[in-house]
Amino acid sequence: MRALFARSRLIVIAGYLAVIVLAPLVSPKGYWLSLLCQIGIATVFALSFNMLLGQTGLLSFGHAVYFGLGAFATIHLLRAMQAGSWRIPVTLLPLAGGLAGLLFGVALGYVTTRRAGTTFAMISLGIGEMVAASSLMFPAFFGGEAGVSSNRMTAPGWFGITYGSQLQMYYLIAAWAFLCILGMYALADTPLGRMANAVRDNPERAEFVGFDPQWVRYLMVVLAGFFAGVAGGLNALNYEIVTAETLSASTSGIVIMMAFVGGIGHFAGPIIGAALITVLQIAVAAVTEAWPFYFGILFTVLVLYAPGGIAGIFAEHKRLFDTGQLGPALRQYLLKLLPFSLCAAGVITLVEMAYALANTTERGSAPLHVFGVTLNAARPVGWAPPVIALVVGVLLLRLISRRLSAKSERVLTPLMERA
Amino acid sequence: MSAPALRLAKVRKSFGRTEIIRGVDLAVAERERHAIIGPNGAGKSTLFNLISARFPLSSGRIELKGEDVTGLRPFEIRRRGLSRSFQISNIFHNLSVFDNVRCAVLWPLGYRYSFWQRLSGLADASERADAIIDAIGLTRRRGMTASLLTYAEQRALEIGITIAGGAEVILLDEPTAGMSHTETAEAVALIRRVSEGRTLVMVEHDMSVVFGLADRISVLVYGQIIATGTPAEIRQNPAVREAYLGTGFADA
Amino acid sequence: MQFVLSSVLNGVAYGLLLFMLSSGLTLIFSMMSILNFAHAAFYMLGAYLAYQISSAIGFWPGLLIAPLLVGALGALVERYGLRKAHRFGPVAELLFTFGLSFLAVEAVQLIWGKAAVDYRVPPSLQGALFTFQGISYPVYKAFMMAVSVGMLLALYAGLAFTRLGLIIQAALSRPDMVQALGHDVPRIFTLVFGGGTALAGLAGVIGGNALVTEPGMAESMGPIVFVVVVVGGLGSLGGAFVASLLIGVLQTFMVGLDWSLIDLLRALHVETQAAPSLTRLSLTQLAPIMPYILMVVILIFRPRGLMGARET
Repeated sequence: MRALFARSRLIVIAGYLAVIVLAPLVSPKGYWLSLLCQIGIATVFALSFNMLLGQTGLLSFGHAVYFGLGAFATIHLLRAMQAGSWRIPVTLLPLAGGLAGLLFGVALGYVTTRRAGTTFAMISLGIGEMVAASSLMFPAFFGGEAGVSSNRMTAPGWFGITYGSQLQMYYLIAAWAFLCILGMYALADTPLGRMANAVRDNPERAEFVGFDPQWVRYLMVVLAGFFAGVAGGLNALNYEIVTAETLSASTSGIVIMMAFVGGIGHFAGPIIGAALITVLQIAVAAVTEAWPFYFGILFTVLVLYAPGGIAGIFAEHKRLFDTGQLGPALRQYLLKLLPFSLCAAGVITLVEMAYALANTTERGSAPLHVFGVTLNAARPVGWAPPVIALVVGVLLLRLISRRLSAKSERVLTPLMERA
Repeated sequence: MSAPALRLAKVRKSFGRTEIIRGVDLAVAERERHAIIGPNGAGKSTLFNLISARFPLSSGRIELKGEDVTGLRPFEIRRRGLSRSFQISNIFHNLSVFDNVRCAVLWPLGYRYSFWQRLSGLADASERADAIIDAIGLTRRRGMTASLLTYAEQRALEIGITIAGGAEVILLDEPTAGMSHTETAEAVALIRRVSEGRTLVMVEHDMSVVFGLADRISVLVYGQIIATGTPAEIRQNPAVREAYLGTGFADA
Repeated sequence: MQFVLSSVLNGVAYGLLLFMLSSGLTLIFSMMSILNFAHAAFYMLGAYLAYQISSAIGFWPGLLIAPLLVGALGALVERYGLRKAHRFGPVAELLFTFGLSFLAVEAVQLIWGKAAVDYRVPPSLQGALFTFQGISYPVYKAFMMAVSVGMLLALYAGLAFTRLGLIIQAALSRPDMVQALGHDVPRIFTLVFGGGTALAGLAGVIGGNALVTEPGMAESMGPIVFVVVVVGGLGSLGGAFVASLLIGVLQTFMVGLDWSLIDLLRALHVETQAAPSLTRLSLTQLAPIMPYILMVVILIFRPRGLMGARET
């Protein structure tokens, strides 16, 4: 581990460590600590996913399998400890989750990496569904509808800590997350890590320089399964209950969203995405029940307009800044701000109205509050303003884009370099 | 008498009902520089693809250093000492020039699928990669992403990746395609340097390159080798002149 | 005996439905190398639109209009969404269709709510077609088969015998050349995508009332369609046909067979209390994951699928 610690990197590591240690002090409220714990777990999960997508070019629709199975393994181990058959410091328990993830990676990874690319995506979905469906067939292991629960205070961890309080749990998660991040970062700078990149870029050429692409992918799946399993173990300890939801298709979907929104082309991307999506999930869900729809829109729009994610947007604007083009770019954003706001307002209003209408219990009345105004979605004429706003906004955006192209003032280039 | 570095015996390849390679017998001696020439559509690239196991044979045998390698997978062939370049640059487009070349040295240096060793700390891999980058003249571009290189630079990188691993048998598929005079001359000098002590098999259209570099030449026409010999012999061969060189090609 | 007969007939009807879905997916993939993750979402939309139209006007107009609407929507998606995602590579395309499938489910919930809707078989098609040894075979199942077979024959005829079909076949392998010959290939792509999704929509129209019309129907159908494509071999219509029928019939049989390992052991006069969770697992319980197990087996022993091309 010698020169992993170059000056600049040491500063980043120290900074991150400081953030982790001091984060709980930001707010004394209970929800803050829970949020931080959630973000920590999501970070490890999302980074493990990006080992497959960003590093190796493998889009997995079933990554939750390793997360969930790691969680179940951990909770069962905890129960076994309750029954007295094992004595392991709770501090080390996430490692059990990691080992479970690794073992399932060995077993399932062999099947999933038989093919690459698009076929891999389909197979991963199938395997994910298979495991999720199996959870109903083996209630002894998966706990049926109620899931499996336990108590993390069963036995003390290192230094006698019992992890009774959420603060202790947070520091456990933070420590493990920190180690996992270091581990995954170090893995990128290994022969296997670099060959995974090579296999992502050109699997044929990787084969012609002596590597079996299938083996490279397989190993990456196994290693990613390990880290996902650790995240699952932390999840089990944090909530003290594991249900089949942890290996469901929606959990697989959320981690895709996290990694992608954060940016799959940069190591830190999933870290950003995990934090952002977790926060948004709680913040937006508190305001409207249609939050999954907004997430879907955010995701789809990003795919079309900024596939590099947030990290990609930062990198692109740094590039613009370095080449002195940031000014014109900002000017263009300003021009598009009004029409974009019109579109957004229109879409949000329409969505909220649709939701109110679908869930109303009285005929003729579907009240909703949006942008400080109260509307009635049941009255057809009320739908006109948001539709008009949306249409006008879209037309204005297209007009502006066309004028800018004509004047060759377009400085914003596609945010993803991949051909 | 030692086994030829590369031997093809009665190699045939059909795509559906179309037979592209119709029985090729070829033996390339160790440390020989052998060029394969022929008109377009003769099957030269297909032949390369067969030797490097990119396509499976329809029938026949391929021996590498005396060992039967028919039916092996490309990475197995590479590990046994045969490396090839591609006519259309087949590089790792998101990796830097340095990483492109370094990937090619990892297996021969024995690092294999290691995930417990720090790549940046592997001095021999880095040194060898830098030596190759110097040899191909891309030192200025060491850190640049491969997709951003010019065409000629990508061709140079293509050769670099092929030779970096130190394979004993090197296949170059039209290495100077699309290059200008100067670039070609530099490429020829590079090829001559790096093929010192190794076996080189080359497909080329540029006759000056062929007659300048090759020890022996094979002429492939419609999937069959119609002549094999020294450059002087080939130049005089009437069948070759009729099929490919043309009677106006008196001297190169 | 009647169990075998009814299982075969039901299985074939279900298998043909799967083939309608997987054929559209295969056509889109063969031509555009795009895996339409949202394919099952178009199936769902077809069912919901048919429900809406049949509640308002009637089933038969719905049968005609709903697939057309879905196809039009698919064409719009291709023209304004997929084409844009295309320049960022296959991962971006796949993620776009993934986002779309997610949005479709949420949109359906927004408009029609989370509970299943009462999309019913029309009265003219209710009842039994025939009764054989106590088992009655519903008219509607026969109708489903008829529509599936008819649609697929029409598709085959269209591709093989019309000028447009010929152009599409050419564009399947050589889109650049076809474009160089003066045909509007991007528009053909839009047409094919719209056609594929219309097929999915039609499957939804006839399947939604036989099975169930709810927001979860895309998630339950989607992965199985992918399994069909993997088992049959990516890009092979014949393989998709065989795999669809195989899975359809096999799954229908398993749902009706309450046998488990312990029954087999008992037949061999072996009694055991060991591993009850495994030995008492019945075929009925295993039926939902049978397609995935089949996929695993195929991947281990024949990764290119039953009739697929070897991966180059």
